[in-house]
Order: sequence, then structure tokens, then C-alpha cells
Amino acid sequence: MSESVRDWNSQPPYDYADYRSTALRAPTRKLVALRHGLSERTGPVFGDESVVPGDSDLTHNGRVNGEPVGERIIVTGRVVDEDGRPVRSALVEVWQANAAGRYVHSDDRHDAPLDPNFLGAGRAVTDQDGRYRFVTIRPGAYPWGNHRNAWRPPHIHFSLLGPTIASRLVTQMYFPGDPLLAFDPIYLGAPAGARERMVAAFSPDVTSEGFALGYEWDIVLRGRGETPVEGQGR
Amino acid sequence: MRRRQTPSQTVGPFFAFGLAGEQYGYRFRQAASGTIAGPDEAGQRIRIVGRVLDGAGEPIPDALIEIWQADAAGRYAHSADGRGSNSGFTGFGRVGTGTDRENRFIFDTVKPGSVDGAQAPHVTLVVMMRGLLTHAYTRLYFSDEASANARDEVLLGIAPDRRDTLLARREDTATGPVYRFDIRMQGERETVFFDL
Repeated sequence: MSESVRDWNSQPPYDYADYRSTALRAPTRKLVALRHGLSERTGPVFGDESVVPGDSDLTHNGRVNGEPVGERIIVTGRVVDEDGRPVRSALVEVWQANAAGRYVHSDDRHDAPLDPNFLGAGRAVTDQDGRYRFVTIRPGAYPWGNHRNAWRPPHIHFSLLGPTIASRLVTQMYFPGDPLLAFDPIYLGAPAGARERMVAAFSPDVTSEGFALGYEWDIVLRGRGETPVEGQGR
Repeated sequence: MRRRQTPSQTVGPFFAFGLAGEQYGYRFRQAASGTIAGPDEAGQRIRIVGRVLDGAGEPIPDALIEIWQADAAGRYAHSADGRGSNSGFTGFGRVGTGTDRENRFIFDTVKPGSVDGAQAPHVTLVVMMRGLLTHAYTRLYFSDEASANARDEVLLGIAPDRRDTLLARREDTATGPVYRFDIRMQGERETVFFDL
């Protein structure tokens, strides 16, 4: 039942003209269907040794001479598969702009200040419940050149390496109630009814008294495709 | 309860400090690199080198490539492969195209063995970049495996005039075999990408 296929009713297409960078980069030919063999039912394995203490606290891991500026937040959630089973030991990597909407990346030319005490990168490995947790700074919106007065809604990039290479996912987490979402071609590139899954929920339970607002965001990876396929692999 | 997949989003132009920090000179440790095989790894040591070309034929300077492969004996370092792989060989690598002057990706690894004796040796590639809302999957096959390639079911399922987009060309150099593999996102010789 959990044949591990990409659900194209949930995944954005390659060809999406409103996002201009797709024009010269999106594949144009029909994808070739590939029955899953051992190459697709396996993938890189990560364990607790893949992270060091502090990797998941972005309010600390970039400090030079003080605290980063901005609104502290906690972002946590579970990585599960389509059957709702926890994905354990998934490698979760995040990166983001600072509170002013500026990335550490040297190609980011947005005229907003860098924060000497904020790098904006973190890493975690999910626990037995598939849970991850980051402490960070709420990222700012920033302009980009896609169209006139285009602004990316605040977001955190997430990279997930789960059970198999077929379940690889790179996505972005957005914040609830953001008016910029309705104008963002990257967010809108995901099908209606699916894109809403990328918006985190504010959580009073995750919120830490006197310290930081909390957001809860679950991530659903493809099924594990454990059903053996005859004639392939092994 | 059945859950629906979280949609993919582009990796964007600014992934380097998060996903390839050491390669790009940021002060953040990276989880993987272009060096997949250590000096003691069993098997034939090879280098895989290529560029990612856009629809205008220009090399893409902000692509991120990941590779996943079996070891020299064709075994995957994963529990679904019950044979157990060589210790230490993860089979996983990750490189961005932004640090090489020619925007190449370079992987130093060993040549994978056939996974089951029937499939031709191959490497799975995950291709990510600004402008791709969903990553693309392709496979690399080796030009010096002509007889295995000619029997490979996946290759045989591809239109004959497109098969060679998946062939990495072997060049012998003083430091060992180098396989050249350019990925063309568009155009007449667009690389075969898989729905897997």
C-alpha cells in the first residue's frame, strides 16, 4: 500500500512560469517512470553522531560577541511517512535569513544588515517519535527580482534525508497568517490544497514562558515502499 | 491515518552555508562532501566530474548535486540491503557547483559494483537548484560497461536516442579514471530524468 511514489497532486510541477527561474532550468521532457529497486529503497543513514550539541540552537551556534537580534522562536514537529509512522533518525537541515531578511550567503545583496551573531544554519536528527526541535530567530521577509515589488514571505528552508533516497525532500516552512503567501510564486507553485501543509501552526504549548514563541510543523515524507518489487533489486 | 506528502520547494540560491558550509567556506560543519571514499576503501577509485547546463547551454553556478551509490561490491550501506556493506562507506555525497571556476561538481569515490549481478553499475543523482520547485532524479551509467549497459532493464526502457544522456564518459588520467557527466536541464540532449 505504501508504494513510495511522488504524489503529483501534492508536489509542485517543474514547469511553473510565474517563478521565472524555471524558464531555463525546469526539465521539459516527460519524466521516465522508474520501478523501485534496491537503489531506490535505500538511502544515506544518519545517527546521533551526525549532530553535535548546539547544532539545533541557531540563537547560539553563530554567536561571536553577543546574542542575535530578533524574535526568538521554537520550531518543532514530527517527521512521519504517509502512513503516519514516525521517521526516526532523519537528518533535518535548516537554513534561513536573519531577522532583517538577510542571508549570510555572500551572494545575498539585499541592503539589510547582517547580524554578526547569527549564522542561520542548523541541523538535527529526529528522535524515536520522529521529532525535531530548533530554537532560532524569526526570519524577515526580503525582496527578490522575480517580478515588480516581489517579496519572499518569511520562511525557513528544510532539507530532509529520510528512510530512502526516494523520500528525499527539500522544502520551506512558512508562518501562519502571512499576507505575503498569496503573492509568492514559490509557495503558490505547490498545488492548492497541498501548499497549506507548508504553513506551521502557532502553538501555545510549544511556546516557552518568558522566552520564545512556539511553532509546530509536521513534515510528511513519502512511504517507505517496503513492498518488494519482483525482478528488481536483491 | 493516511497523511499527504509535504510539498517540495526550491533549494533556492542561498543553500551553501546550510548544506555545504565547509565547501563554501562558512563556519558550519557539513553533513556530506564530494569525498565519498576514504583512502582505504576497497575498489577502483574514480572521479566523477560534470557540469549542470541550463536551457541556454550555460553552466549553472548554484546547483546542488547529491549522489547515492553502492560500494565496489554492489552493496548499499542501508538496512534494506541485507548483505551488509563495507564499514565506513556511506555511499552518499553532496557538492554545490559554486566553488569550482568552471562550475563543475566533483566526486571522489569508488566505482560501484552491480547491485544484483543483473543491473549495470550506476549512481543515483539528486539535482537541486534555484528554479527547480522539486528536485530532479537521474542516473549515471559508465561508458566502459557497454555489455552490462546493453542488458540493463532501466536503460532498455529509455528511448535509444536518449540513453546516452545517462552515460558518463571515461577518461584515463595520471591520477586515475575520470568519468565526465554533464547534466542538461533542457534542450535537444536534455538529460533523462526519472519519476521515482
